[in-house]
Amino acid sequence: MSLHRQFEDAIRLGRLVALATVLTGPQRGHQLLLWPDGTTAGSLGDPLLETALHARTEEFFAGRKPVRLTHPVGPVELFVDVQTPPLRLFIVGAVHTAAALVTYAKVLGFQTIVVDARTAFATPERFGHADQLIARWPAEVLAEQGLDESSCVVTLTHDEKFDNPALAAALRSPALYIGALGSQKTHARRRAALAADGLTDTDLQRIHAPIGLRIGARRPEEIALSIMAEIVAVVNRAEKSPAGS
Amino acid sequence: MRELLPTLERWRAEQKQIVLATVVKLYGSAPLPLGAKMAVSAAGEMAGSVSGGCVEGAVVQEALALLQQGGPKLLTYGITDELATSVGLACGGTIEVWLELWEESPR
Repeated sequence: MSLHRQFEDAIRLGRLVALATVLTGPQRGHQLLLWPDGTTAGSLGDPLLETALHARTEEFFAGRKPVRLTHPVGPVELFVDVQTPPLRLFIVGAVHTAAALVTYAKVLGFQTIVVDARTAFATPERFGHADQLIARWPAEVLAEQGLDESSCVVTLTHDEKFDNPALAAALRSPALYIGALGSQKTHARRRAALAADGLTDTDLQRIHAPIGLRIGARRPEEIALSIMAEIVAVVNRAEKSPAGS
Repeated sequence: MRELLPTLERWRAEQKQIVLATVVKLYGSAPLPLGAKMAVSAAGEMAGSVSGGCVEGAVVQEALALLQQGGPKLLTYGITDELATSVGLACGGTIEVWLELWEESPR
């Protein structure tokens, strides 16, 4: 299989992968596919150049962004196209607002997973556009899915017995964004319940509530837009100042 | 790149050759980030974007020429005198675009 095909397949499967291309010099157009485990495919046409690039594999994947660089011998210009798995948006509650939120999130390149134990809500007719629709207890699903730094969680059910355990699961993960629908009053009650469940003040401060940017949203579609805008703001802030840097 | 995959599959199924354009360098302010991509089919169709609309027309022409002459090519677009009114970037920045023939054989 060609390098381009392998590159495309990796992206389709949501894997970390990088394609390095020589832009100048006699090896111009040579390409090397890099994997996080250090394996490669293809060739840069120059063993020294390849060794130098290979030594930086970890750095490329840690940066999670495309990199332009100059190799001093030559000098030769290179482009390393680092491709990262899509951000995942978990939406708890297959409600009207969730349907609009899936639409916005898809346009922005998120993988969307809608979870609701109530099978009357979680129907393929309403959520055919979601990447995944899971009709099970949200807290269980979130615990299984391995929420990571590229996961966002939004709770929308308005029902504490679904939302609170889901929020607890999200707060016990390194999820990038956690937002909960509900008024200040609801949120105060929710905080008390989660605190009783052993979550600290620092944990609870991670919850965006009331959820969404303040755009005077009233209709479900507008609420979804305000939530999506808030998620984008959090993601962009995180990209600007990566944790640990 | 992910958003281009369905289009690439379709063009391959239609047996059209494909050129991929990638932003490989930015100087100053530029509309799209490093790595932004656009694909061009042999029929002149385009998908994706390298500059939010400023230089896409010129890239299509270069891509079609590449299909005739072979590639790859490294192109530079920016505000430079008379180019400013034709294929420059309104934001005043400069971008380098890498153009290459993309794997065309269907699965």
